[in-house]
Amino acid sequence: MSEFLQHLVNMLVLGGTYALLGIGLTLIFGIMNVVNFTHGVLYTFGAYIMFIVVQQLGLNFFLALPVAVLAGWLLGAAIELTLLRPLRGSDIDTTMLVMIGAWIAMQSGTLWIWGGVAKSVATPFPEAPLVLGPVSVSWLRLFVLVAAAFLILVTYLLINKTSLGRAMRATFQDHDTASLMGVNVDMIYTSTFAIGSSLAAAAGALLGPVYVIFPQMGDLAAVKAFAIVILGGLGNITGAVIGGFILALAEELGAGYVSSGYRDAMGFLIIIAVLIFKPTGLFARAERVG
Amino acid sequence: MRIIITILAVAVLASVPLWLRDPYLLNALITTGIFVIGAMSLNLLLGFTGQLSLGHIAFFGIGAYVSALTSLGFDIGLPGGLRLVHTPWPPIVGFVLAMLIAGLCGYFVGQLSFRVRGAYFVIVTISFAEVVRLVALNWVELTQGPLALTNIPSIALPLPGFGELTLRTKMQNYYLMLVVALLAYLLIARLVHSHFGRAMRGLMENETLAVSVGIDVTKTLTIAAVISAAIAGAAGSLYAHYIRIIDPEVFAFINTVTMVIMVISGGKGSLAGPVVGGLIFGLLPVALRPVMAPEAQWIAYGGVLMAILFVLPRGIVPSLAQRFSRRRSNTPALAPAALTETGAKEPA
Repeated sequence: MSEFLQHLVNMLVLGGTYALLGIGLTLIFGIMNVVNFTHGVLYTFGAYIMFIVVQQLGLNFFLALPVAVLAGWLLGAAIELTLLRPLRGSDIDTTMLVMIGAWIAMQSGTLWIWGGVAKSVATPFPEAPLVLGPVSVSWLRLFVLVAAAFLILVTYLLINKTSLGRAMRATFQDHDTASLMGVNVDMIYTSTFAIGSSLAAAAGALLGPVYVIFPQMGDLAAVKAFAIVILGGLGNITGAVIGGFILALAEELGAGYVSSGYRDAMGFLIIIAVLIFKPTGLFARAERVG
Repeated sequence: MRIIITILAVAVLASVPLWLRDPYLLNALITTGIFVIGAMSLNLLLGFTGQLSLGHIAFFGIGAYVSALTSLGFDIGLPGGLRLVHTPWPPIVGFVLAMLIAGLCGYFVGQLSFRVRGAYFVIVTISFAEVVRLVALNWVELTQGPLALTNIPSIALPLPGFGELTLRTKMQNYYLMLVVALLAYLLIARLVHSHFGRAMRGLMENETLAVSVGIDVTKTLTIAAVISAAIAGAAGSLYAHYIRIIDPEVFAFINTVTMVIMVISGGKGSLAGPVVGGLIFGLLPVALRPVMAPEAQWIAYGGVLMAILFVLPRGIVPSLAQRFSRRRSNTPALAPAALTETGAKEPA
């Protein structure tokens, strides 16, 4: 039983960052209809920003997180402006392949600059974990959970309570009509991609110090993000949050009770199962999706 | 005209081992050729049915593992204390089994995935490839996991009356690859120009219309997936018996991406496209090797992929064919898509 509680605690920590990844991708996928293969690279990028700020510049750990979010925002906006805007109106396969090209180029760039050796980031948290009865959780993981929850809340408010968010939702529903109503759709696309990218970078910056940082770390993260998006339904933010926690739970239980080697298979199995049985995602609304 | 070009190209390719003495380059050509076979099989799905499979390496890898395990033998425990023992069979049997089992997997993936299209189809195929990779990595008893299957025997061709010819040298393997590639090319060409091929392209261009004239969508797409997977499995088998060592890294996503790049750059939906694109992108790393660090090469690889999509979105072969026919007729092309040999798909 205590083992199961421990898995639940781990699930919460992992699920928070997965939810961040999923929200970012579901926004981009849902609003722009772009299968964003650079999402994992942005995750890696966020982790490396953490490494640069903390280890190479010697600055404060808590300062590094907003820097990573901002850097992710800028890189995302740059990708959108240079690669996606000229391809507006192309078919989904073309943009997907351009994103794959960008992913290969950027990941190799990371490998070129920092090498393939895994890096770790020193954290200001005490080594000893927080022990609560039968479960223990490190202070770093607790911070990751709180920070992820905060970012999810901010994103939720941004989408639901601001005029930018309203314009994004309008564009998601029907971009032609949104454009007729005076929404600058180009600007919405750039913002969406930048916000999604900054969330991926934040997830990387949060999970990077928990594990180690290496150039290919984003590949699995990207696939997990796709699993979460499919689980939650296209463009569905609440679905992405729940999907993030379901994936984390499946991984924790899979690793704990089946085999740790198959931990990463859970996301793929979820994708296949959901697409076979309920292709619109678990939380699809009755209305039109996409 | 096309016949002459084809015969010339085959003659040039067949003559390569006679004048190319550099074993490194010959090796690069053989592995490139094997990947071109994979790319041709991918083109059957991507170019002629419009379905982008990003898990195509799964069929290649399954072919490689089936063929290797058939010729190496294995001894695994089954649930209930049973053991499954397989004594080695000749590699040529492995080659046939590789095609059959990869084709069977193609059938299941086809059945599963054609319920979902577009981006979802892509993600299902990626997931399938990753699950297969994780099984290859973790089922150590069967696959040796990360330790790799080693000492895979070379393919031996039975020659009636003369015993066997074991294909050990690079030259022999080059010709084996070339023969399989030609057979795959002819099979795909035959298929595409048949009634079945017209059904596939009909589906790609206008599914509603195709259905209304009586084309069975699922059946057509499944047959295409099975044939495509079987050809990829054959390529994987060639790879296993040529390299003679395989590990789960064969399933790496980058290998699928390589095949996709070969098809897209050469021109999807054009028979010669994967061959032209495959030769360029297969040999590009060789050409870049002396002048660039490996990481920089991959950056260039990604850059070239993006550049091709921006500059020649329909691929090299259809673009050249269009330019050529336009010059001959000396009038501006009114319907560019109709001028290429198979009518490459225009962006929607």
